[in-house]
Amino acid sequence: MNPETFSGDSVIDAVSAVFMVVGALMSLAAAVGLLRFPDLMTRMHAATKPQVLGLFLLLFALGLQMRTWWVWPVLVVAWIFQLLTVPVSAHMVGRAGYRTKHLHPELLSTDELEAVVQQAAGKRGFTDDDGDEATAGR
Amino acid sequence: MMQLVLAVTAVVLSLAAGGAIIRIARGPSLLDRVLAADVLLAIVGAALCIDMAANRHLNNLMLLVAVSLIGFVGSVTVARFVADRREKTRES
Repeated sequence: MNPETFSGDSVIDAVSAVFMVVGALMSLAAAVGLLRFPDLMTRMHAATKPQVLGLFLLLFALGLQMRTWWVWPVLVVAWIFQLLTVPVSAHMVGRAGYRTKHLHPELLSTDELEAVVQQAAGKRGFTDDDGDEATAGR
Repeated sequence: MMQLVLAVTAVVLSLAAGGAIIRIARGPSLLDRVLAADVLLAIVGAALCIDMAANRHLNNLMLLVAVSLIGFVGSVTVARFVADRREKTRES
């Protein structure tokens, strides 16, 4: 076999091409999940795929394509920034969804927050804004 | 090979963006729309990444970070306000 066709360059190209296609498929998986899942919580599960794993794969492909070392810290910073912000926004959306009853309780296999809500409601009289103690200082 | 990858990813990302836009259009609640808009921003970021990787430049990197920042701020803000509004309507 011609050594030129099997050099490290083409191997790097192939790996980054595979990563790009798989990273794009993560977005498609998120869209399919958004369309087919029944309620907000399950859709949130699907929506995380392109935000973390998809971005990781695409940034990895970008770093492989650039063929330089100095881009890797920049890409790692971009990915870590995404890792820091995605859980916060998912927490806020999930909390708002739980408190406004945007979920099907019969679909949940376990609801650990239910007991906490009941306990807080019993302790303080009924106000139904159980989560506001954590944010009252803002 | 890069042309083939570009074509495949363009088709896949277009389908994904279409699905997210359909969910934005008919999402039953505001939170579903926020979530779908977040996914749409992630798809835009993926397209920026693929453009950078295929053409071997880094011009869009700051734009990528800015897009993810906008998604974060937007979804947190909307989730915060939807909680407040629904809380008031339920109490009254």
